[in-house]
Amino acid sequence: PSQVVPGADPSARQLCFAWGPAEVLVCETLFGRRGGSPSRDAGGPGRALLPGTLTAYVAGTGEGGPSSPRLFVVRKDQDIYIQTLRKLFNESHGIFIGLQRSEEELAGKSRKAQLVQVSKNYRSVIRACMEDMHQAAILTRDPALHSQYSTQVSILSAMELIWNLCEILFVEAAAAGPLLLRLLDWVRLHVCDVDNMVHEVLSSESPSKHELFWNVVDVFVLQGRMDEARHLLSKEASANPTSVNMYKILDDLMKKMPVPSLGNTQTLTEMELKWQHWHEECQRYLQDGTFASNSHMESICKILLGHEDAILEKKDLMTTWYHFLVTRLLYSHPTVKPVELRFYAQACMDLFLGGESSPEPLDTILMAAFEFEMHQVIKECSIALSNWWFVAHLTDLLDHCKLLQSHNLYFGSNMREFLLLEYASGLFSHHSLWQLGVDYFDHCPEYGRVYLELHIERIPLNTEQKALKVLRICEQRQMHEQVRSICKIMAMKALRNNRLGSALSWSIRAKDAAFATLISDRFLKDYCESGCFSDLDLIDNLGPSMLLSDRLTFLGKYREFHRLYGEKRFSEAAKLLLMLMTAHIAPCSFWMTLLTDALPLLEQKEVIFSAEQTYELMRCLEDLTAGKSDKQKLQDDDVETMKVEMLRLALARNLARVIVKEGTLEGS
Amino acid sequence: AMEDVCARFVSQKISKTRWRPLPAAALQPPDLFATGSWDNEDNRISIWSVGDLGNVGLNGEYQGEPQLLCDIRHNGDVMDMQFLDQERIVVASSTGTVTVFRHHQNNQTLSANQRWEKAHYHVDQDTSCGGAACTGVICNNPEIVTVGEDGRINLFRADQKDAVRTIDNADSSTLHAVTFLRTTEILTVNSIGQLKIWDLRQQRNEPSQIFSLTGDRVPLHCVDRHPNQQHIVATGGQDGMLSIWDIRQGTMPVSLLNAHEAEMWEVHFHPSNPDHLFTCSEDGSLWHWDTSTDISEKPSFLHQGGRNTTYFSHNTINQSVVSAWLSNDPTKDRMEITNLIPNQTLSVNSLDILGPCLVYGTDAEAIYVNRQLFA
Repeated sequence: PSQVVPGADPSARQLCFAWGPAEVLVCETLFGRRGGSPSRDAGGPGRALLPGTLTAYVAGTGEGGPSSPRLFVVRKDQDIYIQTLRKLFNESHGIFIGLQRSEEELAGKSRKAQLVQVSKNYRSVIRACMEDMHQAAILTRDPALHSQYSTQVSILSAMELIWNLCEILFVEAAAAGPLLLRLLDWVRLHVCDVDNMVHEVLSSESPSKHELFWNVVDVFVLQGRMDEARHLLSKEASANPTSVNMYKILDDLMKKMPVPSLGNTQTLTEMELKWQHWHEECQRYLQDGTFASNSHMESICKILLGHEDAILEKKDLMTTWYHFLVTRLLYSHPTVKPVELRFYAQACMDLFLGGESSPEPLDTILMAAFEFEMHQVIKECSIALSNWWFVAHLTDLLDHCKLLQSHNLYFGSNMREFLLLEYASGLFSHHSLWQLGVDYFDHCPEYGRVYLELHIERIPLNTEQKALKVLRICEQRQMHEQVRSICKIMAMKALRNNRLGSALSWSIRAKDAAFATLISDRFLKDYCESGCFSDLDLIDNLGPSMLLSDRLTFLGKYREFHRLYGEKRFSEAAKLLLMLMTAHIAPCSFWMTLLTDALPLLEQKEVIFSAEQTYELMRCLEDLTAGKSDKQKLQDDDVETMKVEMLRLALARNLARVIVKEGTLEGS
Repeated sequence: AMEDVCARFVSQKISKTRWRPLPAAALQPPDLFATGSWDNEDNRISIWSVGDLGNVGLNGEYQGEPQLLCDIRHNGDVMDMQFLDQERIVVASSTGTVTVFRHHQNNQTLSANQRWEKAHYHVDQDTSCGGAACTGVICNNPEIVTVGEDGRINLFRADQKDAVRTIDNADSSTLHAVTFLRTTEILTVNSIGQLKIWDLRQQRNEPSQIFSLTGDRVPLHCVDRHPNQQHIVATGGQDGMLSIWDIRQGTMPVSLLNAHEAEMWEVHFHPSNPDHLFTCSEDGSLWHWDTSTDISEKPSFLHQGGRNTTYFSHNTINQSVVSAWLSNDPTKDRMEITNLIPNQTLSVNSLDILGPCLVYGTDAEAIYVNRQLFA
C-alpha cells in the first residue's frame, strides 16, 4: 500500500523521515508551522511508508484543505488493533511458548508428529478466529463493519490455506502417495464456493431431478469424493432403468479406482501397476462408446482418464487453479513426487488463468510453496498480508523443522528472529497486548534482550500493580537498569503525591541509595518543622534495608533514639545520641538538633551522661561552633546563640554533677 | 481434572472474577459470575452464565463455554470487585472511584447504581487533587470498605452518598487488600509486609494491632480469613509465599509456606469447606491446598516447591480442636498441593470459589470455569 504525503516538496531530492514519540512519523513538508500557507522551512508532520513493513496504517487527524497541517499515526502492524484477532494473538502465544519449550531431543517420527500437531493447533486457532469473525459479520447491522469483518474472514481464510499447504509440503513433508491424499484434503477443506450448491441439491426433494444434479456429481468427482458421487449416481440410476447397465459400469470404475495408501501397506510400484491397469480399463470403455449416449457420464469418464480439456471444461466448478492442479494430479499422476510438483503447478496455473488474468498475490504465494521456495513464500506473505503474526509464527515453526538454518540475512540476525522481533514490537505498541511480546523477545537470542529493554521502559505505569508486573518481567531477566528506572519513576510519583512512605519503599526496592537519602532528608526536614515523625509504621520497620544509605541509617537510628527516650530508657538513648555524632552518622547540619535533643537528658534528676560522654558532647558543640566563621556567627539569630549558651550551661552543670557522682562512687 | 475446565478467550485481560453469591437456602451450584478487565483502552464489567455442562444448545454449539449475558464500560482498570448482594457489584477503579453496578436480571443489562468519585486521591504538590488507585474493596451489606494506594481507608454504606468514615493516611505505604475480620473489624495488608487490624468502632485513627513479616518486609498482596475460625488468616506475598497467621498470638506468621514463584494475587479459603485453600499468581499458576487428605494412605515426601502434586507434612496436636492450618511440624500429617494449570504462561490475576465451582481469569485474556472441582 502506498500513500501520498500531502504537502511533500516535489523539488526536494528525497523525503526525510524521523520517528516521533509513540508511533508518529515526522517528515518535512511545505506546510507552515501554524498551518498557514506552504513554506519551505517548517518541519510539518507527515507520514510515509515503512520500508519493508507489511502495512502502514494511516490515521489522520484534522480535515480541510492542503493548508492545514496533519498528524498521521503510522502503525507497524495494523491487525494488532483488531479486537477479534486478540483471540488469535493470545491463543497462538500459548502454542508458541509450548513449541519453544518442546523437547528437541525427540527424534525422527515423534518429533515430526509433534511439529505437525503444533502446526494443526495454529491452524485451528486461525479457524476459530475466522468463525468468530464470520459470526460478527452476520450479527452486525453496520454495513461498513460488515464489510470490514468479511474482509478479515477472507484474509484469515487465505492465511489458513497457505499455512495448510506449508504444513503438508514443509512440516509434514509428505512423500509421494500420501502427498496426493493430503492435497485432496486441502482442496476439500478450502474450496467452499460450491458447498452451497451441493447443499441445495442434496436437500432438495428429488436430487436427481434438480437442474444442478450433474454439477454436484462433477464436484464430487473433481474432488475425488468417490463414495458421495456414487451415492448420488445410484439415485439417478434407479430413475433410469433403461441405462442401468451404463451406470453400473461407471459405478464399478469409480469403485475400483486405486488410491495411494497412507500406511506402508502397498509400495508405490504396486500402486502404479494397479493404476495402469485401471486406467486401461477406463480407456477401453471410453473408446468402445459405452457412455456415448450420455454426455455427462462420458465427461466423467474422461475426467477419470485425466483428460485435460474435460477437466478444464469444469473450470467454474473448481474455481481455482490449485483445485485444477490437484484434480489433474489425482487422475493423471497420483504418485506425484514433491519435487515434480513445481512443473505441474506452473502448467496448471497457466492453463487455468489462460492469460486472461494475471496471478494475484495468493497465487504467487501458493506457487512459491509448490516450488518449495520457502523464503519466497515468507517474503510474498510479508508483502501481501497486513500483519506480522502469520510470517513470524510460520517462520518460527519452519525453523523448528530445521528448514531455514542456512539462510542468513545481511542485516540483524536470521529471518526467524527478524520476523519475531517485528511481530513482538507490534504487540508492544498495543496498550494491552504488550505482555505477550515479552515471551517472543525472550526467544530471540540475538537482539531480543535489547528490544525488550528498549520497549519495556516505554510502558506507561498508571498503577502500582502494573508497575509491579513490569518490574517482575525485568527482575526475572536481571534487567537491573530497567528495574532501577521503574522504581525511580514510581518513587518520584509517590514523592510528588506526598507519599514519603511509598517513595521510600520504591527506592529501597531499587536499592537506590541516592534517592533514599533524598527521601530521608524530606522526613528529617518534616520532623524539624513539625516536631514529630510521619510514617512511623514504615520508619520503625526499616530492618536491614536501613543500611541502604547513610542518611536512611541515621533516620532509622534517630527514630530509635526517640523511641528509647519515649520508653524512658535514658542511658541507652544518651549513648545512641552521642554515637550518632561521634561516629559521624548524623549529617553536620543536624548536630544542633541532636544537641538540643540532649538538653532534656542533661536536665534529668538523675545523672545520665558520664564525665567522658559529657566531654565528648562538649567537643561536638565546640566543633560545630568553631567550624563557623565570624561572619556566620553574626548572622545566626538570637535563638541559635541562646541555644548554644543554654547547652554550654547545661553541659557544665552536668559535668559538675557527674564529677561529684563519680567521685563519690569511687570513694565509697 | 483438567478436562472439566471450560475456557473462553474474551479479548480483554481479566483482572477480577467473582461468582454471584447464592441465596441462603440454595442447593444448586452457582451459575453466574462477573469479570472485570484491566489495561484496556476500554475496560468492562461483564456478567457471564456458565450454561449447561455437556449439553448441546439449539444451534449445535457446545454449551459448556461461558456465555456473555451483558457488559458495561468501566472507567479505569478494575482493581477489585465484590458482590454486595445478588444484584449489586461494587467495583474499585484505578482512577480512585468506587462504583456500585446493578445487574438487572429481567432484561440482562448492567447500570451504574451509585458512585463515589475519587474515593481515593492524592494531594498533589502542584495540582490540587488527583485520583489514587483504589486497590481493594470488601462488602458486608450494606457496608463497603475500600483501601487504596493513598493509604486511605473508607467506610461507605450502600445507601449513603458520603463516606461514613475515612481514615486519611492510615498507612504510609500502599494498602493492597482488605477483608472483614468481624462485623466491626477489618484486616488490611500493605506493601511493607504488614497485616493490620482496625476496629471501626474506635475513633482513633490507628490500627488496634500490627503484625509483620520479619526480615525483608516483602509486600503482601492479598488476605483472607478462615470462614469458621476467625483467628486464622492467610496472606499472600510478592515472593509468592503463603503465610498463615494466628491473630490471637504473636506478631509473626505461624507458618510460611513456599508457594508461587512470583506475586500471589489472591488467596481464598473455600467458603464452606475451609480445609481447602486456593491461590493464584503472576507466575501463571493456580494452586489448590488441601489439608483434609487422609494422610495414612498417601506416600510421604517433603514439599520441594515443585509443581503438580506434592505433599508436605505438618502436625496437629489435636485435629478436632486445632485447625490443620495452624500446625507446622513437618513430621505428622500432610498437606496436598495441586497446581490446577499445567501449561502456565501469563499471570492468573483472580480466582473465585463457591461450592464445587472455580472460576479464574488471566492476562492471556481467557476465563476458565471448573465446575467439578472435587470430582
